[in-house]
Amino acid sequence: MKALVCIGHVPDTTSKIKFVNNNTEFDTSDIQYIVGPYEELGLTRLLDLKTAGLDLHITVANVGVQETEATLRKALAMGADDAVRVNAAPKDALFVSKQIANIFKQADYDFVLTGKESIDYNSGEVDGMIAEFLGITSVSGVSKFDIAGNTAQMEREIDGGKEIISSGFPFVVSAGKGFAIEPRIPNMRGIMSARTKKITIVEPENIEDATSTVKFHTPPPRPACKKIAPDNVEELVRLLHEEAKVI
Amino acid sequence: MSFLQYPDYFRIQDLLTDEHVLIRNSVREWVDKQVKPIINEACQNHSSPNYLIKQMGELGVLGSFIPSKYGGGGFDKIAYGLMMQELEAGDSAIRSTASVQSSLVMYPIFLFGSEQQKQKYLPKLATGELVGSFGLTEPNHGSDPSAMETKFVSDGGNVILNGSKMWITNAPIADIAVVWAKDETGKISGLIVERGFDGFTTPETHNKWSLRASATGELVFDAVKVPKENILPNIAGLKGPMTCLNSARYGIAWGAIGAASDCYSVALNYANERKQFGKSISAFQLTQKKLAEMLTKITAAQLMAYRVGQLLDLEKANPQQISMIKRHNVNMALEVAREARQILGAMGISGDYPVMRHIMNLESVITYEGTHDIHLLITGYDITGVSAFNS
Repeated sequence: MKALVCIGHVPDTTSKIKFVNNNTEFDTSDIQYIVGPYEELGLTRLLDLKTAGLDLHITVANVGVQETEATLRKALAMGADDAVRVNAAPKDALFVSKQIANIFKQADYDFVLTGKESIDYNSGEVDGMIAEFLGITSVSGVSKFDIAGNTAQMEREIDGGKEIISSGFPFVVSAGKGFAIEPRIPNMRGIMSARTKKITIVEPENIEDATSTVKFHTPPPRPACKKIAPDNVEELVRLLHEEAKVI
Repeated sequence: MSFLQYPDYFRIQDLLTDEHVLIRNSVREWVDKQVKPIINEACQNHSSPNYLIKQMGELGVLGSFIPSKYGGGGFDKIAYGLMMQELEAGDSAIRSTASVQSSLVMYPIFLFGSEQQKQKYLPKLATGELVGSFGLTEPNHGSDPSAMETKFVSDGGNVILNGSKMWITNAPIADIAVVWAKDETGKISGLIVERGFDGFTTPETHNKWSLRASATGELVFDAVKVPKENILPNIAGLKGPMTCLNSARYGIAWGAIGAASDCYSVALNYANERKQFGKSISAFQLTQKKLAEMLTKITAAQLMAYRVGQLLDLEKANPQQISMIKRHNVNMALEVAREARQILGAMGISGDYPVMRHIMNLESVITYEGTHDIHLLITGYDITGVSAFNS
């Protein structure tokens, strides 16, 4: 069985976010990059299934410039078998989805795994778009994942309960919280064996831009905290209604 | 994962390879998850979290520079330094265990051992299945190991070993000890002594105020029969233990940066959040002076350690350079930790913060593996050609 796992190259969550060029571009200086946390959980679960005996070949992929290879290398050190990098800056979800769909078509993959959203632009669209390009099933925000024979068993949180889904192959699944408990930490042997694992570089299929960035805004600074005495409920309600306008 | 940002004022990361960064981040992540949450309690209770040794084996930080055919990682010395740095950001005791296992037990067996000894011990030491200790220091001989009293005499296919070693990291839990002792002619040899040999005991040293998350003890040899095949065949003289100590000291110089970085980061956050006289204490000049000096010292230590690592990887480093960075960096870490404790005020002594624990640990680190003063005299000897400690 072959899995294609999308690996996001995203800023560490403790990064200070700044913009340059009149707030139209993200300032990448001094940013530490990490594997997207949802993709990391997704990959960890697949590696656990592999460790438990599932015959699974895992290819990790991303759309990114050369510097993203360090992130792919981490995924290989965690235990993925090989990697594909589409040599282009990822413009938007449509562009990325198109490239991943193209990779999928070029080999006999059984399913695609993505994170439920990237933690930088948070669009949460890539999994659905890949499935649409390929005309296959898509299940998003999955919190539990298993494979038994020719079926994948999935579970996800819905309002007031859980939804249990089973799907035949192929499909696209996006991993959410709970997919694995803790992400796997690459060990030194994994890091060493990642040296000789192959990263194939492919050129992108250029498509017409579907979106363009007008401007980025950082959230307004948090206002000072107002303290209201526990017995003054009326004042609390008044402030929430008149000032915060949330009730 | 999201990882803690430690100071890197001169962008040392840009000098590292992607693989070095991945190694550093992976060990940091392990320390954040497995060491930091439990280490205060372990130290308060003076109990060693020995289960972490096998985890360190799984992580691959035991014998990282030993070739992979013997279970090691085959990594370079910069990688080893980064591992020690991250482990000591957790606790010096955890780093000490990795140092002893890697540099003082696996390294001499790898360098001086027979092929049979390497096959027998190294793979199990790399996984943490076996725990090793290193016996050089004696009750009457610390800085002066050449005067050691532990001796062995030949007895057919065995030697009979008598004497004792003191202040030995992990002695109470060790499965094997690499012990340095003199033969009938006064020549120093290395012997692998296994737990279970008759007459070999390892009493624990109690009442420590330092390195409380690891067990320290003695190695006592009362007519211990050691098979001759357990003698390291390819070394004679003090060069043996000194070669191992060089490797360990180099790791300590990196480890100290980890402890200092942890103290600095904690102090910086605390100074930004703690308000007195209506403003953050980081706004006061004296706090800024402390933080600025701490960062300057850490940065200097990082560059020194990095450069000696480069020289080691080029096989151009000498023991005097390693003495200099061990001495400088551990002293730096103690100074940084003490300043951090001042910034934290009364909270600085609390186990809720790591600073006092690092200070207490570093008081051992500044003395073990060559004291602060002896390392200075090694530099003095190197400059002048005159030894101030050898008669």
